[in-house]
Amino acid sequence: MAALAPSLPTPVSRSPTLLRVKQAMWRHPTAIVGGVVLLGLIAMALLAPYLGTVDPQAISPVRRLRQPSSIYWFGTDMLGRDVYSRVVFGARVSLAVGLSVAVLATTIGLAIGLVTGFIRWLDGMVMRVMDGLMSIPGVLLAIALMALTKASLQNVIVAITITEVPRVVRLIRGLVLSLREQAYVDAAIASGTPTPAILLRHILPNTIAPLLVQGTYICASAMLTEAILSFLGAGTPLNIPSWGNIMAEGRSLFQLANYLIFFPGMFLSLAVLSVNLLGDGMRDALDPRLARNM
Amino acid sequence: MLGYTIRRLLATIPVIGMVALFVFCLLYLTPGDPAAVIAGDIATVDDIERIRHQLGLDQAFLPRFWVWASAVLRGDLGISIFTNLPVTQLIAQRIGPTLSLASCTLIVAVLVAVPMGVIGAWKAGKLIDRLVMLFSVAGFSMPVFVLAYVLIYVFAIDLDWLPVQGYVPLQDGFWPWLSHLILPSIALGTIYIALIARITRAAMLEVLAQDYVRTAHAKGLAPSAVLMRHALKNAAVPIVTIIGIGIALLISGVVVTESVFAIPGIGRLTVDAILRRDYPIIQGVILLFSTIYVLVNLAVDLSYRFFDPRIQY
Repeated sequence: MAALAPSLPTPVSRSPTLLRVKQAMWRHPTAIVGGVVLLGLIAMALLAPYLGTVDPQAISPVRRLRQPSSIYWFGTDMLGRDVYSRVVFGARVSLAVGLSVAVLATTIGLAIGLVTGFIRWLDGMVMRVMDGLMSIPGVLLAIALMALTKASLQNVIVAITITEVPRVVRLIRGLVLSLREQAYVDAAIASGTPTPAILLRHILPNTIAPLLVQGTYICASAMLTEAILSFLGAGTPLNIPSWGNIMAEGRSLFQLANYLIFFPGMFLSLAVLSVNLLGDGMRDALDPRLARNM
Repeated sequence: MLGYTIRRLLATIPVIGMVALFVFCLLYLTPGDPAAVIAGDIATVDDIERIRHQLGLDQAFLPRFWVWASAVLRGDLGISIFTNLPVTQLIAQRIGPTLSLASCTLIVAVLVAVPMGVIGAWKAGKLIDRLVMLFSVAGFSMPVFVLAYVLIYVFAIDLDWLPVQGYVPLQDGFWPWLSHLILPSIALGTIYIALIARITRAAMLEVLAQDYVRTAHAKGLAPSAVLMRHALKNAAVPIVTIIGIGIALLISGVVVTESVFAIPGIGRLTVDAILRRDYPIIQGVILLFSTIYVLVNLAVDLSYRFFDPRIQY
């Protein structure tokens, strides 16, 4: 750490954050591996139709439950659908859920956290609601939301977002509470800057780094939650091939066709692992206080 | 201490009240008609009307909440839509297996994770530390059901050492009971072990850098004595905190683990309730688990004093 200090960006540098990320990536080769794997998975999701796949929903009863072979790389399921195609297309669902939840939860959490941290009379009330939400284990809360709404990808994203928002609110509120005691914020108040301007100009920029780190972890956790919900039958509707759905359908056939669980499971673990590795690298780069010993 | 305990106990009431209010409000806040969603696609108008009445959705919000909340306080969690049995009774029937699984996992996880974290910090930077860190990242990324199926495949099907699925109550013998819990506990515990080991290592690294640890080494104490008596005890507060917070992971994982291993516990009850959209059961389970979670974390807070007598309440 100390040895790197002299090479830290000088104020002339245009983008210190980006430089710090780069340096941390070099110190954490695993973060680079995570990033590369993640890019690979994103490419796979985007290029799904061109990767030797067939229609992931095409049913072919004659060819059901074929073991993995050179024709059916990952075998076929009980309806004769090609598991390789389903897994490749399934990456779209997992990544879409992970990224959407990360973006939504950090944005909503940031907005609530900024306002409650700065406006005292709101703080007590909002934080009681957040405490209540946070004491419901995440998967259970998402299950309750899914039980009351029609199964759709959109509802899965909303349900998981609701479980993640309170953690972001708590993080941001904590930051705002300490930032608002800074002299430059006092100066801004004294010079008559309106509250929204203080929040946007003086407080918001200081929350971006921890928010990015938190967002990465939320992305990983959302992908896991989506798979769990789908696996339990409370998630993505069955007509969309998601990794959780493929595994849910393979459950009863596990002894006969374990590849129905192992292939999507492998990709899911890989995706979550790559995002987590990336998150560890980012935390080290952007939040040195927290990262010291982790 | 007693005063503080009572104050903290009272402070949990609004939190649990908030959970109850939220779980109750969900019925009213979700878009669309929850009675129609619960009744399913092939329901008749009469079915929907019956469910609407049973959930109390045909009454005004506040009086309905009052009736529901006062019933919950008396221990009445409502009637299951599908089985028409009291939710409290259904939960009571299923609590045994879940408690067995959760306590087994908790014990195994703490016994494995804390030494792992201690060794990682002690040998920081060495191979064994790298392995601990690798495990803690990988363990945190492996979905519980994928791990469960890998374990079943290797240890139950391929090696045939342990039963594939099922549950045997403790009354029917200790080994049958334990043998059915080993694989589920490992599957459920891994993410928890990863979390605790990581925090233990971080907390220990912090303490090991302190002056008094150097003094303890300098005066010739055995490394084990320094680690356990001087360092671990001072690192205990963050460790017990994460054990408490991690209970949420354990509870979420129980639902999945029980359905993979066909353990007839509360998790199974929940999954069956999801498939039938039996909301009163889901409501009851969430209230129960959230209350347990809040109380465990209260106990964790109160235990700080035991590990660090300097903490004043």
